[in-house]
Amino acid sequence: MNKKAFPFILGLIAILMIALAGCASGSEDDGASGSDDSDNESGSDVEEKTINFMHLWPEGSSRQHHLIVNDIIAEYEEANPGITVETEILGNEQYKEKLKVLSSSNELPDVGMTWAAGFLDPYVGGDMFAPLDDIIENDHSDSFVPGTAEAYAIDGTTYGLPLELNITPVMYNKAIFEEHGVEIPETFEELKAAVQTFVDNDVIPITLGNKDSWTGSMWYMYLADRIGGAETLTNAINRSGSFEDPALVEAAAKVQELVDMGGFVKGYNGLANDEAKGYFINEQAAMYLMATWDLPQWTTDENNPQEFRDNVGYFKFPTVDGKGDKNSYVGGPGVGLFVAEDSPVKDEAKDFVSFFVEKWGEQAVSNAGVIPATKVDTENVELPDMYIDVLNDLNEASNITLYADVQMSASVAQVHLNMIQALFGGEVSPEEFAKEQEDALAAEEE
Amino acid sequence: MKQVMSNKLIIAMYTLPALILILALVYVPIVMTGYYGLMEWDGIGAKTFIGLENYIGLMQDAKFWDSAYHSFLLAAFSTLSLVGYLVISLVLANKLKGSELLRKIYLIPMLLSSVAIAQLWLKIYDPNNGMLNSLLEIFGVENTPTWLADPKLVLISIFIAIIWQYAGFYIIIYSAALKGIPESLVEAARIDGANPIQIAYKVKLPLIAGVIKVTIVLAIVGSLKYFDLIYVMTGGGPNGASEVLASYMYKEAFASYNFGYGSAVGFALLVICLIITWLVRKLTASNEEIQY
Repeated sequence: MNKKAFPFILGLIAILMIALAGCASGSEDDGASGSDDSDNESGSDVEEKTINFMHLWPEGSSRQHHLIVNDIIAEYEEANPGITVETEILGNEQYKEKLKVLSSSNELPDVGMTWAAGFLDPYVGGDMFAPLDDIIENDHSDSFVPGTAEAYAIDGTTYGLPLELNITPVMYNKAIFEEHGVEIPETFEELKAAVQTFVDNDVIPITLGNKDSWTGSMWYMYLADRIGGAETLTNAINRSGSFEDPALVEAAAKVQELVDMGGFVKGYNGLANDEAKGYFINEQAAMYLMATWDLPQWTTDENNPQEFRDNVGYFKFPTVDGKGDKNSYVGGPGVGLFVAEDSPVKDEAKDFVSFFVEKWGEQAVSNAGVIPATKVDTENVELPDMYIDVLNDLNEASNITLYADVQMSASVAQVHLNMIQALFGGEVSPEEFAKEQEDALAAEEE
Repeated sequence: MKQVMSNKLIIAMYTLPALILILALVYVPIVMTGYYGLMEWDGIGAKTFIGLENYIGLMQDAKFWDSAYHSFLLAAFSTLSLVGYLVISLVLANKLKGSELLRKIYLIPMLLSSVAIAQLWLKIYDPNNGMLNSLLEIFGVENTPTWLADPKLVLISIFIAIIWQYAGFYIIIYSAALKGIPESLVEAARIDGANPIQIAYKVKLPLIAGVIKVTIVLAIVGSLKYFDLIYVMTGGGPNGASEVLASYMYKEAFASYNFGYGSAVGFALLVICLIITWLVRKLTASNEEIQY
């Protein structure tokens, strides 16, 4: 009996060990990624509450952001004894995927980050996010730049509080412009003339990383805005208009005019945005259309040579055939904060979010170079000139059109991005370009 | 030990952990994928059962068939490249001076991660500052190609990188198989007056036929589910010109939020792989087992 039992027990132990080893490494993992060095031992008399907060600014790649977040959390914990904020930090793409997985098992963090419009849609549809209108009404009725919080609203209810705001000016290299005697273009014709000059002199006129086709989409959106006005593209997407609107077709034709002139860097459809940016930083390219989230790279980032940073300037996207308002921008809020609908500490979480937005607004621009979605008092902050200019332009902005691929639902956005590549690659005519997207939008409406 | 191995219960118990793991991590997800394929689901909210609609949609989806075509092209290309690997292995097996060193050189790409390889080839193919185009310019080529941005060239450009990536893997398999051939057989053939080509073709190849069959299956199935280099180098672009089944599946499930449809693509990919594997086994089956 004993002889037989021995190997049996041995096997059992082996299995148990494997199972235990699995558990152990699992919990260790959680500890490593979930812990944060902020103090966890607060007073024991008060009722202990923990807010789980997931964000996407790891210490390595977004150091400044990371530090500000830690600051705000420490400050909040101090002001609210008994409440601990536990953070979990992931990189951008992993964050998106984890959020999705967590939501399907209904285990969202109490507070987390979300993007506007199309990204929100499925979460709101699944009743995952809590409405935050009361916070805006009570604490922040006048703090946000108009149009930013609205981007997080679905059917009139706001589900996210924006943290960032970006507009998209055309960055240009002053030295290259000067060398070839090119003035800042005020109109599309002047832009084309400038492009021609650069082409003739073997300078890359515009660098564009259209492998990530949202970059090309911004060029298209600006032309659509200048030709058709601020509303045409938005209306086509929200179905009160059509994508086959003549203005939207004409904008596509203008894109191809630039392409045919050789306006964009060679091989743009195969270059990622970062590769394309490299041409601009190496001073090989004259122009680069990119949102203001890159401002630190043009002003304070020591990784880029001072000489280059001095050469960078920006201008507003030119008008087209005398039409269009130069103070209308492509842009929009980046990430915002949400509160989970099923959170056990919903009230505390809302309070924390409100606190966070306020403090973030005070620190973001001066410490991390991020333009917050809350209004900034330019008088009282020390900033590079380019920031002051951008902030002033923001105050004068007549309209900010949210990035098309963010406005659209995820599957239509894929069609849009594919068609942008096809348009820039000359694979489709402007009419086909418009029709394909009209079809995708119409199919979804059914 | 003998006593242990004769007890059925013990055998079952020792195989159990592996069985549970493989069931939980491989077979259950496969069944789940097939099941999700029957749903309309964005991956977040509620699932709606829609029967075979996703699979019917798949049959009519031009993008799916384009991706499938690209995957099949890659499979054909990889299989053809096996011939090249085989020739190299045969040459290296001839105890040339430096063949040991060369074998190691061929192995190195295998040690690099896919993402590193992708970055390397991205730099080679860079249209303006890239190694390849700079070389072409030295030889006086004007209008150098834009490789990864050109819908006509993008596939072949990536295929070359993939073939380079897997060279070491197959060469090592072939070399090991060739090493197993007894020297006496080669010696006997040589005494009978066979030249090196005859030795390779008539003696060595038949002796490693079993290994060749396995590599054909590996190459084809590996190609059909191939993902990494393509995802990093082009993301399936421009406008789907380098989309393969696996990258299309990923895009549908994770970028377009059609988790149900993405699952259907994944399941179709599995079925295609199974059918092809069966076909290849069938076509290359032979009754003669060569012994030495």
